[in-house]
Amino acid sequence: MTAPLRGPAGGGGPTLRQRESRLGWVLISPTLVVVLVAVVGPILWTIGISFQRLRLRTLSETGLFTTDFSLDSFVAVVNARGFWDAIWVTLVYSVVGTALAIGLGLVAALIVRHPFRGRTFVRASMLLPYIAPVVAVTFVWTTMLDPNLGIINALGREWLGWEEPIPFLSQRSRSIEILGFEARIPLALITVIVFQAWRYFPFAFLFILARLQALPGEPEEAAKVDGATPIQRFRYVILPQLAGVIALLAVLRFIWTFNEFDDIYLLTGGGGGTEVVSVRIYENLIGRGDLSSAAALSLILAASLAVLLFVYFRFAQPRGVRV
Amino acid sequence: MTDAARIQRRPALTRAVVEERVLGVLRWIAIGLFLVATIFPFLYMVMLSLRSLERVARDPGALIPPLEDLTFDAYPDALRPVAEGGQGFILFIANSAIVAVLAVVISIGLAVPGAYAISRLRFGGRRHVSVLFLSIYLFPAILLAIPLFVFFSRLGLRGNLVGLLLVYAATAIPITIHMLRSYFETIPEGLEEAAQVEGCTRLGVIRHITLPLATPAIMSSGLFVFMVAWNEFLFALLFLVDSRERWTVSLALSQLAGSIEVPTTVLMAGAVILTLPIVVLFFVTERYLVGGLTAGAEKG
Repeated sequence: MTAPLRGPAGGGGPTLRQRESRLGWVLISPTLVVVLVAVVGPILWTIGISFQRLRLRTLSETGLFTTDFSLDSFVAVVNARGFWDAIWVTLVYSVVGTALAIGLGLVAALIVRHPFRGRTFVRASMLLPYIAPVVAVTFVWTTMLDPNLGIINALGREWLGWEEPIPFLSQRSRSIEILGFEARIPLALITVIVFQAWRYFPFAFLFILARLQALPGEPEEAAKVDGATPIQRFRYVILPQLAGVIALLAVLRFIWTFNEFDDIYLLTGGGGGTEVVSVRIYENLIGRGDLSSAAALSLILAASLAVLLFVYFRFAQPRGVRV
Repeated sequence: MTDAARIQRRPALTRAVVEERVLGVLRWIAIGLFLVATIFPFLYMVMLSLRSLERVARDPGALIPPLEDLTFDAYPDALRPVAEGGQGFILFIANSAIVAVLAVVISIGLAVPGAYAISRLRFGGRRHVSVLFLSIYLFPAILLAIPLFVFFSRLGLRGNLVGLLLVYAATAIPITIHMLRSYFETIPEGLEEAAQVEGCTRLGVIRHITLPLATPAIMSSGLFVFMVAWNEFLFALLFLVDSRERWTVSLALSQLAGSIEVPTTVLMAGAVILTLPIVVLFFVTERYLVGGLTAGAEKG
């Protein structure tokens, strides 16, 4: 970042290549400085905080930097009640949520792939959940699903014969009957996963549609001429060509869902068996003012994500797919 | 056609034809379901904002509320300042707008030269910088939230819009750089070289050739940053929750939703106020935005 600002007058001057390099650094520096100061620095500092014992209440007395380092926060966080539950919920939420969002996005992309009347309108409405502010859509969902005021429970009682309102966002476990068998389902967790699929399928939809429309038409035509049915054409001609973009989406969506805070916090506040790690971090940070535990937990979150991604890229990545 | 030929041809066709027909019908059903699922919550939002709370409580299942229910009272109630008995959304709109617009200006102003350098200029460390930005884009916001929260608490900068603005601009830069860079790479380098041969300096080339050509990409990244900043929740919650007069629209809605004093219908009006600018902006500029969002996806 230390491009010498020597004029070209002195001793022959810099070569074209040197000048280009210097200009490159000059142009990139402002961005780089801002990002280093406001993003990279703080992230590194999180590590420091996690090894100290910082409390919000005593922050003004202890100062920002202390020298007594300890692993206490990590130990406390891991041994705290509900830690492993939170890890498990986070995993289930991320895996199922990602799969559902991509599956819905794929279906959505396939059905609007070919032109029809009103296609622009359909396509635009499918993006609504993704572009709308998260606070607004979570508020609408909580109201819709509200046991007293919500339209879903009102309609369910009126048309589907529900005997009493279903607390979609607060009930941890509900027994339902499927084909005569009693089964218990984690109701609130399922609801937030459905919400997450609803809100993020448009992202997958956009990417898959863009890829679909860039596909060459000939292989499909040839398969059609050879008598392949629509399902066969999808399975053997189209899907293989979408593998790359689907793998990319799976990685991106998994990363974001794994760290997701807003949706669950706004829908359930982490109650009803939906407490993911990021909500727990927030609880430590604001609810208990325990800055070091929050930092330790967030590092554990980041590290688990890094491990999962490493395993994916090392062992499971489809061949020939570059993310 | 002989009978034998007919018998031979039919089964070969049947499966394809049946699938074609069934899928054709399923497709329309699916389109219908998707439309209902995506649009209904927004219709419901508008519908509730136009009814009084007692009417909603009496008949919460009304799909099409009776016309005499319609009332616009919730909007003035939401918008009016607290001193006049409202919820003060007009102030929150101003806060959100200021922060979002400034975040756009700062992040685009910094990212345009940065993205140009990464896409066009050869300099040592270019790859590292590029990887750094990409990895930041993937980093969890909550990881960044803790140190910033501590830092701003200590400095007494919490409850201040400047802190929020800085965070928005800084976190938007990596994605902006990525969007702009993919676009710069589509501009033929020959154009720039030609201008240089004509005696234009690098900076002259950027100003007179590259920037005008990249206007659509700059527009779309700007819109993207605006939408992200307008919609953002976590940092607003962490920095501003204690000072009501600094709340953004998102934060205000989330905070007021927790209190029992504010009627749900007024909050729905708030939700419409929060959503409408984004939806309008999106539909007006959809073409730009979608292209920018999926830039690079075609390459798979």
